[in-house]
Amino acid sequence: MSRFIFLTFNGLSFGAVYAALALALVLIWRTTRVLNFAQGAMAVATAYVALSVSDWTGSYWIGFGAALAAGFVLGAVVERVAFRGADRMPPLNTIVIGVGLLILIEAVMGMLYGSANRGFPAAYSTRAYSVGSTALFSKQDVFTVGSVLVLMLVIAVLLTRTPQGLRMRAAAFAPEVARLLGVRVGRLLTLGWALSGLVGALAAMLVIPTGLGLFPQAMDGVFILGFTGAVVGGLESPVGAVVGGVLTGLALSYASGYIGSDITPLAALVLLVVVLLLRPTGLFSGSQVRRV
Amino acid sequence: MNSPAPESRLSVQGVTVRFGGLTALDDVSFEVAQGHVVGVIGPNGSGKTTLFNVICGFVRPTSGSLTWQGKTLRPRPDRLVRAGIARTLQSVGLFERLTALENVMVGAARARKAGFASALFALPRSDRDEQRLRDEALDWLRRLDVADAANRLPGTLPYPVQKRVSLARALISRPRLLLLDEPAGGLGAEDMTHLAGLIRGLPEAGEWPCSVLLVEHHMDLVMSVCDQVVVLDFGRLVASGTPDDVRSDPVVAAAYLGTDVPAEAELRATP
Repeated sequence: MSRFIFLTFNGLSFGAVYAALALALVLIWRTTRVLNFAQGAMAVATAYVALSVSDWTGSYWIGFGAALAAGFVLGAVVERVAFRGADRMPPLNTIVIGVGLLILIEAVMGMLYGSANRGFPAAYSTRAYSVGSTALFSKQDVFTVGSVLVLMLVIAVLLTRTPQGLRMRAAAFAPEVARLLGVRVGRLLTLGWALSGLVGALAAMLVIPTGLGLFPQAMDGVFILGFTGAVVGGLESPVGAVVGGVLTGLALSYASGYIGSDITPLAALVLLVVVLLLRPTGLFSGSQVRRV
Repeated sequence: MNSPAPESRLSVQGVTVRFGGLTALDDVSFEVAQGHVVGVIGPNGSGKTTLFNVICGFVRPTSGSLTWQGKTLRPRPDRLVRAGIARTLQSVGLFERLTALENVMVGAARARKAGFASALFALPRSDRDEQRLRDEALDWLRRLDVADAANRLPGTLPYPVQKRVSLARALISRPRLLLLDEPAGGLGAEDMTHLAGLIRGLPEAGEWPCSVLLVEHHMDLVMSVCDQVVVLDFGRLVASGTPDDVRSDPVVAAAYLGTDVPAEAELRATP
């Protein structure tokens, strides 16, 4: 039982990171139909920004803020420079651009910082609290889940409770009609990418300290798991992305805890196949919307 | 009116649109004077929708120009509302996953106060903006007698109600010119009467008189609400005038209203 509890907390903590990454992917997918393969690499780049800024200022938190800001800016720049007009491109083109960007960013990071694994401090202690002999969760785990939760709430409020969010949703569903109503769709797309970059940056800042370390390809594996979460959630719905991410985290935690850590990549694949077999459109896809 | 705004007159001057070898509009000129309701009629494929698409900026004319409020209009779809022009779509085009009320709220894009950054850092203020916008949208639904549909998704609403919601979505931007693309399509007699009353009321609406340009197949509606009717046939403007003029114009009768077939064929053979 105690093992189960520990694995659950561990799964929630990693699940929060996958959920953030899945959300970043979904924010872009639903507006531009681009699956941003460079999402992980962009997030690593922001972690390097944090490293440099922290070294320079001596403050971990200024670096943390800089990473989030860099993610926001990087997302906007990537959209403007690389993916402008992506909604009119054939899907293959956007995939090629994404993969190209992934290679480019990782190569540039390698040139600037070297390919060695740099230690990267966590915000809080990663030592787990325990009750009796049962290890539960660490301060860092609480921070991880808490900060992802806060960011998601802010995004949820922006999307559902502000006029601007309403326009973003309108632009996502029917850009031509939205344009006709005076909505500046291009601007909103940039904003979506910027938000997505910010969420991705948070994911990197939370997951890299947990034993992963910082190197140019650090997020490649995490990206795949975030992608799994997004697909499980249906790629369309932000809520689905969050649920899918957490489910992925839990499933992988149980699999590695009870079967062995070698099984982790395989477990992600099994989860993906099972969900796609049972609900090919994902758990929270558009087809769930009530229609008469 | 608060300022002596330029007269809201739309002039279409010599507009020609060619798609490859096909001439969709051929040197079309006419005007929509302030406070007028102008109807565009013509058989299918005569260029009515192309004309609308030119005014909205979806289609760039091969030659010719538009003037709006005394200035040359180079329309772009997302700037149209800011210029004071709103358009409804033939296919209604409501956002399927937004409620009727939210659909109308999107229509008020021009009136927005809170930018995204300020929304991010000042959620409470943005919340007030949202509430104001919500009230305004509800008010528009109420004016069109569909307030009880506010929280439902468009797919669950009867077609005439969807049409009214899309009208509310266009009117909330307070346009000076409203382009209506077949507003009567699929409506029954009762809804038609309501629509006719609404259209006739727009030019006289107190603080913001709104002219109307109307593409419609339904002749009764066109003849009863329009000050002026423009007739298109094969992309050419073949007649314009008051409904009575147009009705009695033999060219129009031949081209559109359908007299005997030989006369029509003859007419088309000698343009």
